[in-house]
Amino acid sequence: MKNHKTLSCDIAIVGAGPAGLAAARAASVSQRSIAVIDDNPLPGGQIWRDGPQVSQLAMAKDYRRVLSLPTVRYLPGTRIVASLAAGALLLEDAQTSYRLDYEQLILCCGAQELLLPFPGWTLPGVTGAGALQALIKSGASVAGERVLIAGSGPLLLASAATARAAGALVSGVYEQTDRYQLINFGVGLLRWPGKLAQAFKLFSTRYRWRSHVIEAMGDRRLEAVRIRQGDAEAVIACDRLACGFGLVPNTVLAQHLGCSLEDNAVAVDRYQQTSQTGIYAAGECTGVGGSELALVEGEVAGLAATGKVEQAQALFTHRAYWQRFARHVKEHFGLRPEIRRLARVDTLICRCEDVALSVLAEEQGWNAAKLQSRCGMGACQGRICGSIARELFGWSLPEPRVPLVPARIETLMACSEKDMS
Amino acid sequence: MITVYLDGQPLVMGEGLTVAAMLTLSESSIARLSCTGQPRAPFCGMGICQECRVTIDGRRQLACQTLCQEGMHVERTV
Ligand SMILES: Cc1cc2nc3c(=O)[nH]c(=O)nc-3n(C[C@H](O)[C@H](O)[C@H](O)COP(=O)(O)OP(=O)(O)OC[C@H]3O[C@@H](n4cnc5c(N)ncnc54)[C@H](O)[C@@H]3O)c2cc1C
Ligand code: FES
Repeated sequence: MKNHKTLSCDIAIVGAGPAGLAAARAASVSQRSIAVIDDNPLPGGQIWRDGPQVSQLAMAKDYRRVLSLPTVRYLPGTRIVASLAAGALLLEDAQTSYRLDYEQLILCCGAQELLLPFPGWTLPGVTGAGALQALIKSGASVAGERVLIAGSGPLLLASAATARAAGALVSGVYEQTDRYQLINFGVGLLRWPGKLAQAFKLFSTRYRWRSHVIEAMGDRRLEAVRIRQGDAEAVIACDRLACGFGLVPNTVLAQHLGCSLEDNAVAVDRYQQTSQTGIYAAGECTGVGGSELALVEGEVAGLAATGKVEQAQALFTHRAYWQRFARHVKEHFGLRPEIRRLARVDTLICRCEDVALSVLAEEQGWNAAKLQSRCGMGACQGRICGSIARELFGWSLPEPRVPLVPARIETLMACSEKDMS
Repeated sequence: MITVYLDGQPLVMGEGLTVAAMLTLSESSIARLSCTGQPRAPFCGMGICQECRVTIDGRRQLACQTLCQEGMHVERTV
């Protein structure tokens, strides 16, 4: 086939965020051939996302250098369509499909936002919280727009800072957790002085606790948001609402490869190896913990995959320090029960197939829901409604299906049937 | 500066923007109509939700993960 190529490498790394770059850097010392695959057109993952409105940190630039080493092949704008039998992945970019053969695989797939439904959440103008930050970094213009930020977690303040720097008028940052939790969170940060300094830098006088979105209102685009703040309600006119309820590990590829999950994240041992021999995982797909943890986990994975066991062990104490930070964040931003009850009967849960809560609430689990309504069968393959159904109904994540992402027919035809596992 | 055509209309912009960012420079940031006819715009910003799918030079692609190029033709999915 014309636009199909076969590639091979010793170590394939999925994700060019902090974890993937650190893994590549650690593994590159051994002179093994490495392929780094990322679906974004530019490297950096979420926190180091590049774009016209970004002045990149020196550290991010430094880590990115690994991608131009002669032993490293970087495949940007490339998606993983399926795992083929026996250590091979089927990939596709905008022009070409690839079969990539690998000896070892390191999954550094990061996390996605927990995007929970509320009335009006499908209106243009409503995005995730980190999503707004990502769009601004990618060049979206928000200057002079009235922006409201809501949901939960430290990302709200980071997103507000990015929006403000881009000229938006941030009228409020609404955090669902309560004051007691926030004070404890702040005091606890004394153990991670760097994080405390970061929190001070990002802090906003518009930060409100025990408050959340009730509904987004507007005719074909967002015009206002109804907010609950403590026991009071208010309607605030705005152009954008950025709402995210924290992060959830991105486990689709790991599940497809047969790796076990634990606590909704990819389960790994001390050497970052998953339940599948030769497949490692690092960064936020193994549990949400910030970029510092992602970096050290990536380094451990890169060293372990190249047999540098002692060097990997030397990093365990440092990793434990950031694992404690991850637990600290998780403990203080747990969702209050009312957040899971924001959707009304007519609120859409599945944005791909436009399936409302009333249809799903009657079903027992994914199989029945898919048969009755096509929920989770649309373009996103249940990546948005899957984590919603887990939060709202306690359903486990749907089993990933091949192709893992919408793919071209030619790509699927390029591999023979016996290739497909 | 580069020129990109959105539904046939030229838009002039700096380099390095994603197609999703480019949509915010137009009158409406809508990327597609849903199966029941509701307008939708980029939502997750990171290649997960598929709300931003548009046709770029004849191929269905994600606006949030595609960089604008000189002379590119982008059609909303309506
Ligand atoms: C939207 C968003 C914004 C964030 N902003 C901040 C911030 O401002 N400050 C902060 O401290 N933390 C932020 N975080 C948290 C941040 O994710 C981590 O601190 C850090 O980026 C984690 O690094 P990582 O390498 O584990 O994952 P990421 O940085 O998420 O990198 C994973 C990369 O892998 C790619 N990928 C995943 N799966 C596949 C696949 N199957 N095929 C191809 N490519 C794939 C992704 O596109 C991504 O580029 C943000 C998180 C999100 C979701
Ligand atoms: S905005 Fe969600 S995939 Fe592009």
